[in-house]
Amino acid sequence: MENFTPVSAVIGGALIGLSAALLWLMNGRIAGISGILGGLARARHEDRTWRIAFLAGLIAAPLLYSLVASSAPITIASSPLLLISAGLLVGFGTRLGGGCTSGHGVCGIARLSRRSLVATAVFMLSAMVVVFLMRHGLGA
Amino acid sequence: MPPRTLLSLVAGLLFGLGLAISRMIDPAKVLGFLDISGNWDPSLAFVMAGAVSVAAVGFRLGARRARPLLDMDFHGSTRTAVDRPLVVGAALFGIGWGLIGYCPGPALASLLLGRRETWIFVAAMILGMAAHRLYERRAAVSRRQGSEAT
Repeated sequence: MENFTPVSAVIGGALIGLSAALLWLMNGRIAGISGILGGLARARHEDRTWRIAFLAGLIAAPLLYSLVASSAPITIASSPLLLISAGLLVGFGTRLGGGCTSGHGVCGIARLSRRSLVATAVFMLSAMVVVFLMRHGLGA
Repeated sequence: MPPRTLLSLVAGLLFGLGLAISRMIDPAKVLGFLDISGNWDPSLAFVMAGAVSVAAVGFRLGARRARPLLDMDFHGSTRTAVDRPLVVGAALFGIGWGLIGYCPGPALASLLLGRRETWIFVAAMILGMAAHRLYERRAAVSRRQGSEAT
């Protein structure tokens, strides 16, 4: 477990929680990224503005952070086939299941929603099975 | 800028900052959590615990109010049924998440960090969302036709 970074994890997590709490208390919106992005297609005028503002902040923040703090580059698989299949599954699955790690995993669990507890257990488990198969299973 | 828009921008910045500080924008870090049989990295669970505890305070405070401070209503989901779309959708999402280590937030948050792979993933993710919209429309049409036939 030498990669374990509990302090930065809790601080980062608290900021994510603060974001979700603010968005709910002030705007009455759920900070679920797949919902905010996916809802853009059918959103009109005012409903569109807050979504774009949130996404702009989300996208800009890590770049701004990298300007003030030294941070290691990210490591990601390069296979286009893998990237495309994963992206399609994440896009379709989060919309069908009504949320992702933020909407179900953070906001839903914080609201003690049974749907979100089930969804989070299911996507955690299926992701762990996939990683196990990819790293230690048939492909390895 | 209207207060609601400004608040959304600030919330987005905080969310992205949280992902950057906790390194959840790095798929390798996320895969280190999902790989429980390898050199396990529990960080993601600590991110979730931190996020859920702070968010829970916000939702508890919200429960005492009739409406949010800057809007007329709360817009949260009121659905309670654990149904098939929820479970199938979550399972499909989990498969995609495990393949690369990106879920929607970190994927968007790392768009400007200079990797072509992020853009490929995000483009496919948006396509997947569009495919779901199409699928939903077709399902609605066939439901209407079904109810007309009976």
